[in-house]
Amino acid sequence: MTTNVPVIDSHHGTPATGKPNFLNCSSGLMSWAGTLDHKRIGVMYLVGTMIAFLCGGLFALLVRLHLWEPHGMLFSNADYNQIFTLHGAFMVFLFVIPAIPGSLGNMVLPLMLGAKDVALPRLNLLSFYLWLTGAILATLAIVLGGFDTGWTFYAPYSLYTNKAVVTIGLAIFVLGFSSIFTGLNFIVTVHKLRAPGLTWFRMPLFVWALYATSLLQVLATPVLGITVLLVAFERLYHIGIFDPRLGGDPVLFEHFFWFYSHPAVYIMVLPAFGIISELVSVHSRKPLFGYKLIAFSSIAIAIISFLVWGHHMFTSGQSTYAMFAFSFLTFFVAIPTAIKEFSWVATVWKGSIALNSPMLYTIAFLIIFAIGGLTGVILGALNVDIHLHDTYFVVAHFHYVMMGSIALAFFAGLHHWWPKMFGVMYDETLAKIACGIIFVGFNLTFLPQFIMGSRGMPRRYATYVPDFEAYHRASTIGAMVLGSGVALMVFYLVASLLSGKKAMQNQWGGVTLDWHTPTPPPLENFDHPPSVTTEVYDYSTLDLRTTQTPVS
Amino acid sequence: MSHDGHHSVVIPAPGPEFLPHTVAHHFDTPVQEFQAAKLGFWLFLATEILLFGGLFAAYFYYHEAYPETFRLGGHQLDWKLGALNTSVLLLSSWTMAMGVRSAQTSQKKKLLVYCGLTVLGAAIFMVVKFFEYKAKYDHGLFVFPEMFHGYDTATGQLPWFKDYHGVMAGVPHGHLFFAIYVTMTAIHGLHVLIGAGLILWVMKGAAKGRFHAGYFLPVDLVGLYWHLVDLIWIFLFPLLYLVP
Ligand SMILES: [Cu+2]
Repeated sequence: MTTNVPVIDSHHGTPATGKPNFLNCSSGLMSWAGTLDHKRIGVMYLVGTMIAFLCGGLFALLVRLHLWEPHGMLFSNADYNQIFTLHGAFMVFLFVIPAIPGSLGNMVLPLMLGAKDVALPRLNLLSFYLWLTGAILATLAIVLGGFDTGWTFYAPYSLYTNKAVVTIGLAIFVLGFSSIFTGLNFIVTVHKLRAPGLTWFRMPLFVWALYATSLLQVLATPVLGITVLLVAFERLYHIGIFDPRLGGDPVLFEHFFWFYSHPAVYIMVLPAFGIISELVSVHSRKPLFGYKLIAFSSIAIAIISFLVWGHHMFTSGQSTYAMFAFSFLTFFVAIPTAIKEFSWVATVWKGSIALNSPMLYTIAFLIIFAIGGLTGVILGALNVDIHLHDTYFVVAHFHYVMMGSIALAFFAGLHHWWPKMFGVMYDETLAKIACGIIFVGFNLTFLPQFIMGSRGMPRRYATYVPDFEAYHRASTIGAMVLGSGVALMVFYLVASLLSGKKAMQNQWGGVTLDWHTPTPPPLENFDHPPSVTTEVYDYSTLDLRTTQTPVS
Repeated sequence: MSHDGHHSVVIPAPGPEFLPHTVAHHFDTPVQEFQAAKLGFWLFLATEILLFGGLFAAYFYYHEAYPETFRLGGHQLDWKLGALNTSVLLLSSWTMAMGVRSAQTSQKKKLLVYCGLTVLGAAIFMVVKFFEYKAKYDHGLFVFPEMFHGYDTATGQLPWFKDYHGVMAGVPHGHLFFAIYVTMTAIHGLHVLIGAGLILWVMKGAAKGRFHAGYFLPVDLVGLYWHLVDLIWIFLFPLLYLVP
């Protein structure tokens, strides 16, 4: 029988008895370290990127604590430069870029496609080990003297500072290839391993989002690779490419860097969009409003994002006409982005909304991303940006996107697929409380930064004039609240693994193929090769018994 | 990691001197496996082109900024040696293509011979490159040990670039051309060495009889890689040796 009605409940409501799943089918360190199973690799990514997130978060708390006093409370100015650089570099390269594709993407993408694994499982494992090597090199760089350039590594300072820039450059080069190989793998998987009947426009939107992300990873990251390589060559051999003393042009570095790093913003945010698209549909139990629009807007964003890098360089002295173009195109990206936001809201509209923790995180995302996205349009305006360039307004804007939108979407997805992957449920009450704490803490941290930024507080300074004290203190208190919310989340998630109650086979009532496997999925995902005969998000196919049958 | 009731697809060997190929467990058909690997490899080649793209962008940027430096610098390179290496690589691309053809037609000996010739081409290329580098080194146009010594803030000069008073006298930032030359050709040379290593690995498998009409995927992919290495050189040669 070829339907996409869940097969897990084919024994009339009786749970399957004690069949091995991907978590317990084999054991021992090597069964994990050498695994080619996409789900286990996803779990390893999850653990790794969460540790990186907690380290990055710790650095953030140190930054905020230091700024409690106008003269700085904890560090020398030079040490402060290192701490905020560590925060930025860890968060961007070790957490935000790899987290969603590496963990949730790896776990869910093959399930959603009805495949047994990703197309290139060995390359997938290599991606993870490259990530691990990058993480080790980044840690080594701290030991070897740290780095104080900011996560942007701008020349010529990155060429002159006597810190471990070559080591961290190597780390970023290696992490770049980890990211490229993940993207390459996903593209091939989407093209070649879709289940029979799963046409492009029946693919869940998380898959579309990961596909667009992968295109960016493959096409943008190599430029970052060669850029950090040239910085390393410059430091080692003094070739003169970015060094103005030797005839090189530091602005060329900025062009190279942002040619990658603006698309990288979408490498980070597109998977988050994908998660939100899934979740608004499942938790409102309604087909997505504007499915094709959302799918195409991901591709549109991916394409336009290659043409706007110059908006990071409005004060670099690039040509005025180029700036007009960059500013215009930056406004242009807002169109596909707004299409998504409106589609999500329209999906929730009159839906049967379940206010469980994944949905609460999703709603928090919708609010925060509206602010993060619109302030981006403000910064894209040439004249306004000249005033706001390098102020806390920029810091607040990209934290509304990076932390408030991407990290929250990641948490939303984590809460959504947690029962699927591990077969256990966390404490929903604690989860809702944690979500509230994180939402309040987040806004308390970054709203004051918009205000002080618009009043001239420059970013990356270790000290500030006393006029800004109240804003900084509010922001620091907010960061503590945010930190405690995250700590609570980590606590109940880990606790659920140790003593959580059993999840339902189909905890939330999803109808995409990822909810059609046994929970947790067996090694090769599906008991019977799935095929698809219905449109995506067709909730009339949902077998409600699966949402009430606990995992065996 | 196979378990009960699971049977992988096996492509039989066309003769006693060949080995059968087992299709990876997560693919349903050999065609699916072949197309997946090929698509993935083309994407990888795209990343290689983009990686070199950054270097080419830097080349054009500084060529525009210091045309005289690039013109004089280009004249310091021996275009005859460059042309020799270009023809060696072109020829080796042909032998590689013939190697892939031999694999597709299950001609084991021919595959080994053509791959061997390709590796020979790579070796000739690297030897010529070595003598070119040595000549530049002798003229002080780049001196590797001294390149680590850094920038001399007192004199405002680079200790490794000795030619401010020679042919490049009076030209602004004469070292830039040679820095870009050595960076581009060294990264390309590294690709030549990696390519040669991959071809040797193909030869090892070929000797065991792994590649035949039913399964020649690795030969095909390594062939593509080798053509890319060749193609990049086709662009490097005129840009560096025949600077307009
Ligand atoms: Cu940007």
